[in-house]
Amino acid sequence: MPNSGFEVLLSVNNLRRLAVGLGGTLEIALISVAIGLALGIFYGLLLTSKNRLVYGLCRLYLEAFRIVPVLVWLFLFFFGSAIVLGVNVEGFFVSVAVFSLWGCAEMGDLVRGTVTAIPLHQWQSAEALGLDKWQVLRFVIIPQALRKITPPAVNLVTRMVKTTPLVVFVGVTEVLRVGKQIIEFNMMKNPLASFWIYGFIFMVYFLICWPVSRFSKKLEERWAF
Amino acid sequence: MGLLKGKVILEIAGLKKCHGSKVILDGLDLEVTRGEAVVVIGPSGCGKTTLLKCINGLESHQAGKILIDGREAGSPGFGWHEARQKIGMVFQSYDLFPHMTVMENILLGPVRVQKRGREEAAAEALALLERVGLADRKDDFPRQLSGGQKQRVAIVRALSMKPELMLFDEVTASLDPEMVREVLDVMLQLARAGMTMLIVTHEMEFARVASDRVVFMDGGMIAEEGKAGDFFREPKTERARRFLKTFYFRAD
Repeated sequence: MPNSGFEVLLSVNNLRRLAVGLGGTLEIALISVAIGLALGIFYGLLLTSKNRLVYGLCRLYLEAFRIVPVLVWLFLFFFGSAIVLGVNVEGFFVSVAVFSLWGCAEMGDLVRGTVTAIPLHQWQSAEALGLDKWQVLRFVIIPQALRKITPPAVNLVTRMVKTTPLVVFVGVTEVLRVGKQIIEFNMMKNPLASFWIYGFIFMVYFLICWPVSRFSKKLEERWAF
Repeated sequence: MGLLKGKVILEIAGLKKCHGSKVILDGLDLEVTRGEAVVVIGPSGCGKTTLLKCINGLESHQAGKILIDGREAGSPGFGWHEARQKIGMVFQSYDLFPHMTVMENILLGPVRVQKRGREEAAAEALALLERVGLADRKDDFPRQLSGGQKQRVAIVRALSMKPELMLFDEVTASLDPEMVREVLDVMLQLARAGMTMLIVTHEMEFARVASDRVVFMDGGMIAEEGKAGDFFREPKTERARRFLKTFYFRAD
């Protein structure tokens, strides 16, 4: 297949470069997902607070991350830290911070919705059986909350993974940028390189996100009640 | 059980409960002796449900005393955790745990709270399910059951703790009419077997047949009480008369 562009993809060097880029993106995604979801659980419980000040502040944070595009947050943190604080924070850390905060905000709202959706009667009927507060949480409330929250939480994870290539704008070497470099390098020789490179990246993202959503689908079926 | 009959299991004196400025229970007195089936009736909003929830501590009260088996709620050494194991409660909306099978619903209390062996508890649960005609549904999830079946499972779940007193809060009120009977039958069977029961209901015919005593509540107090036969034949108070009248449909 001379000049089909496919051989660009097969070059060991190119593949290695793509893999490194991919690793960088995934690293940011995985760290942010872990931090975001964990903090999001606590933040979600705060969102159920009846204290109006606590609720107001939490709500403000949630809306801020919902309304302002992630890219803008990346710029704000990246350039903001340099201008306001006078320090140059590396793109990697800026990315982790922004994606964690975003994940935390979205996860918190999911947790809030799930907790408030479990009727008070579930608490009462469990307490009436003589279960203490911790047992009610452990055997009745958390298992139901977990089942309810899994599908939207998995959806959130795939959304975060899909959005991480934005970190290219704050100088992180990631898979899309590497792909673009390879394409530009081969532009004259192989005009079709872009098709194969982007196709490859498409497949990689598909292969990451698809099993995750399949897994959540399976859980949903098993946990149906 | 016969030997213990006549001993007071529940004693309530001057019970007061308010929500903000609204008075729900206004100095209520009530005694229930072992083996007795007491039916509580009264207009909606008169505090029947709140009374039941105060008895097992799901709601707190502001004044008055509740003695369960001779021990006063809130006194030193008293714990709701222990008291609730003596008091079974069945709710209007069944409130089975939707993520557990029928059997798991029933075993949660005996195994986790009373720390009984799973096998022994399961054998007993199965016998109880047999009694309410649901042994073949033990591995089903609540969503697979009809309302009447769910309510019978909820009764078994409460019974599995071997309670000394059972509270029923309008347990047939949200059931389709054709399912009311199967639940009332189970309750009648329990009453005849000598279970101590405090039953809030609007099923007057059931109250007449199944109860030893009828308590008529109005405005957070007990307005009248008496033997079921006497009460329904000729209520002493005007309020009770008016209340009972609302249950008879007349075309004029």
